[in-house]
Amino acid sequence: MRRQLLAIVAFLAAMALVPHLVGSEFWRNWVMMALFYALLGQAWNILGGYGGQFSFGHAAFFGTGAYCSAILHVHYGVNPWIALPAAGMAAGLVGAFIGFLSFRYGLRGSYFALVTLAFAEVLRILANTVPITGKGVGLLIPLDPGAANMQFADRTGYFYLILAFVGLALLLTLWLEHSRFGARLVAVRENEDAARALGVDVFRTKLAAITLSGALAGLGGSYYAQLFLYLDPGIAYGPAISVEALLVPIVGGMGTLFGPLLGSFALHGVSELAKLAFGEAAGLDLALYGVLLVLMVMFMPNGLFGMGRTTLARLLGGGRDA
Amino acid sequence: MVEFQILLPAILNGLTTGAVYALIALGLTLIYGVLHIINFAHGSLLMLAMYAVFFLHAGLGIDPYLALPVVVPGFFALGYLLQRGVIARASHGRDENILLVTLGVSIVIENLARYFWRSDTRTIETPYSFETVDLGVAFIAVPKVVAFAGALLVTLALWWVMSRTDLGRAIRALAKERQGARLVGIDVDHIFAMSFGIGTACVAAAACLLLPSFYVSPGVGHTFVLIAFTVVVLGGMGSFAGALIGGLIIGVTESLCGLYLGESLGQIGIFLIFIAILLFRPTGLLGHRA
Amino acid sequence: MSEVKRKKSISRRAFVAAAGGAALASGISGFPSIVRAQRGPVRVGILHPVTGPLAFSGNQARAGAMMAIETINEIGGIRSMGGAKLEPVLGDAQSKPDVGAAEVERMNEAGVSAIVGPFASGIALATTQAAAKHNIAHIVDVGVVDQVVTRGLANTFRFGPGLSKIVDTAIENLVAINDGAGKPARTVMIVHEESAFGTGMAKVLNEKLPGRGFQIIETISHANPTRDFNNIVLKIRAQRPDIVIPSNYYDEFVLFSRTMAQQKVRPKAIYAILGGAASSQRFVKEFPDAAQYIMDCNHWYDPRNPVAQELKKKVEAKGLYFTYELFLNHECVRLLAEALERAGTGDRAAVIQALASSGFANHFMPYGPTRFVNGQNQGAAPVNTQVQNREIQLIFPKEFASAKPVFPMPAA
Repeated sequence: MRRQLLAIVAFLAAMALVPHLVGSEFWRNWVMMALFYALLGQAWNILGGYGGQFSFGHAAFFGTGAYCSAILHVHYGVNPWIALPAAGMAAGLVGAFIGFLSFRYGLRGSYFALVTLAFAEVLRILANTVPITGKGVGLLIPLDPGAANMQFADRTGYFYLILAFVGLALLLTLWLEHSRFGARLVAVRENEDAARALGVDVFRTKLAAITLSGALAGLGGSYYAQLFLYLDPGIAYGPAISVEALLVPIVGGMGTLFGPLLGSFALHGVSELAKLAFGEAAGLDLALYGVLLVLMVMFMPNGLFGMGRTTLARLLGGGRDA
Repeated sequence: MVEFQILLPAILNGLTTGAVYALIALGLTLIYGVLHIINFAHGSLLMLAMYAVFFLHAGLGIDPYLALPVVVPGFFALGYLLQRGVIARASHGRDENILLVTLGVSIVIENLARYFWRSDTRTIETPYSFETVDLGVAFIAVPKVVAFAGALLVTLALWWVMSRTDLGRAIRALAKERQGARLVGIDVDHIFAMSFGIGTACVAAAACLLLPSFYVSPGVGHTFVLIAFTVVVLGGMGSFAGALIGGLIIGVTESLCGLYLGESLGQIGIFLIFIAILLFRPTGLLGHRA
Repeated sequence: MSEVKRKKSISRRAFVAAAGGAALASGISGFPSIVRAQRGPVRVGILHPVTGPLAFSGNQARAGAMMAIETINEIGGIRSMGGAKLEPVLGDAQSKPDVGAAEVERMNEAGVSAIVGPFASGIALATTQAAAKHNIAHIVDVGVVDQVVTRGLANTFRFGPGLSKIVDTAIENLVAINDGAGKPARTVMIVHEESAFGTGMAKVLNEKLPGRGFQIIETISHANPTRDFNNIVLKIRAQRPDIVIPSNYYDEFVLFSRTMAQQKVRPKAIYAILGGAASSQRFVKEFPDAAQYIMDCNHWYDPRNPVAQELKKKVEAKGLYFTYELFLNHECVRLLAEALERAGTGDRAAVIQALASSGFANHFMPYGPTRFVNGQNQGAAPVNTQVQNREIQLIFPKEFASAKPVFPMPAA
């Protein structure tokens, strides 16, 4: 635990230097967006990686967080800093609601995945229909730079904000790995019936995980809203976010502390590499990205972190595959 | 009440649209039922097949319905190779990895289509594109009537393959009990690939029947793929009759919800049914308990 | 089109390599000396969604911008800068606002003097804001949502009209056409797509049409994609409106008009506003019968302008369609070139200044000389077109018209 904590602190410290050491604003922005997707991936990881419950619908939480903070700010004049925890809570509540229904009825595996996808779609359609979200026109947050407004004239503010969120997510995950709750969650992932036999309240454990996961994704949504100042139903609840949220941790290593971070940086790196190769031929770079994705899965079935651990174990003379 | 006047035609429309959904879902339910994988590439394979039909028509003047005997076997082979050569090899049989691999494959197919064929929406005009059948209460477009009949035929054909052939028996055995099937000497990898091939062939048949009344663009798969999943779950994974009935139900639901709730909000009906089925009867209407 | 795309490919590769190197090595302030040498080329960011759901429009837009750059370079570049050539820096927003904003950062470091793009309003809101931070002039090509230019960003210029202007003009022209024919039409049904432009348009129509003597029977919003239009068309048939006003993307418009023909529904007019297909040569070519007499209020060029006619030929020779995305971007690049000519430098502040004081009259849009107030070109307005015997004719306003409106639609 201490070593992991040390690693987190070292990582955060190194990242904190990025705005000062990296001169290129493009690359600073790149790191910032990688951190943003790492946050969403870390949120997914709690439920999917540690809890074994695959969600295809994390946009439901992301979008709720985004809309909640934007609506509070635009329609009710609430300061974004105050709206932020509310957004996390609202997204957590949506998580609890979806979790309550689906776990109550014992949905697992692909059934659970599909039900989360369907909920995200329902929310997208609702956002397209109810007036408070601005319907299809979307919701524009007035441009009013100032740290008090959670709008930073300079990207550095946004950088430290997302770094703080990622730090929070990492510490939360670290706690999870070493807490009784985390142990129960992993037990549920490995074998629900066995966990139940050992006295684990499976339903409540999963419910807590999806609530926590949803709340974290909601923070990401709030961040996105303050960064780009515009939301529409497709941005908030569309499938793109759900896909990113699951890609990042699976590629990086599910159920590991640093998996989502690794996955996010790796995927963004791969995407940049593909652009470098074919950047100006529309579509070809994304096709290459797809090929690289398949190759990554083929050669690193346990994710980047899993592979790193295996190699490390070998080097240290353990000789056994993890 | 306008809604009441057009209730009957709306139901008929829902049935014909639903038949198209069923067609697309038939292949998916086979893949889902046997391989237990959520095939993210299904939509992009549909798109690819629609382009094949389009180019056969545009380049060689082959009618989309007459393209069936070319496109269907071609896509069977493509599906077989895709499963055996790419998906099985890259995923190591793990669910989350299959997911990523099919996702990766769909990204590749879609963007190559954009690169080679541009993002234009393309349509074909056939002598029967604007023809309709007058049913007294409503005009139904000829291509939709054909698609309806096609859905019934494909369902029947699949049912025949599954229940009357050795291949079908092997597939069913595999779907039920993987280890057992291996023990009695079934070539699991081959049968998996055959299932994927048949599923892909179904989507090719859907493409031939769909194109005369629709359009094709690199993103067209997204238009149908979510609906197809809904149909599969509603009907019961692996059930062909279920997919057919599920497709028709979803088609009518969409049509009626559109009529009464508005075409925008009406889409919600599909997903509410989907959620309700998942919660209260996850095996679907005609599925078996796993 | 691939040749257009292949044309310039050094910029991004060279730049990213350099950027990566600088970020890792120097670590101090990255790109101190952005390429602004007087004799060197002027870099221009060409940013569109060339992949994802908006890819068709994005690629059309990119092609238009690239053709303009090619022509400008052929005829001697920017004269006041010693014949400096325009060098495109291409960007793909992937139909996502966050990707669009990231591309702006990339373009900033590539040292662009200005950015043209990014077609969609949702992306424009993100990219104009990102460009503003670096004081890069951002010419918005389409992005019709009003808020794109009303946020007080000094770097943002929209050459074409915004949504309010488009709908207002559409209403004025509809009234004029109806009055001209002796007021045969009184009832209207609106069929619109559910995103920003369709919803925004329907809202304004519902506010203003009743005051102009029209009764709106029903407003139908539909999803993107909508897979079947029979219900909508059946509703139209049952309620017999005089005029149907559709506003949707190309795919949906194709299905809608095909269904109208199948169900034999013929109102007195189909009057599209920002119709995805009614002003599209492709649609007219592929569905000549369904397209006949459809009117559209949309972005359109001055058909009598020789530059436009020549460009149209060139575009068609390349196997592309001459759509509004294409010609608007073509003219946005020419607008920029004219501003550069007056600025005599690629310096960003000077470019913004030159655009703000722009009086560009040599373009082929029916706008008159440009005049920007708060970033909006005041003369910009849509026009009305109508499909008549396989040709798209401009029917309104009269000073640009190439044909008279046919209204009401003659019986088949």
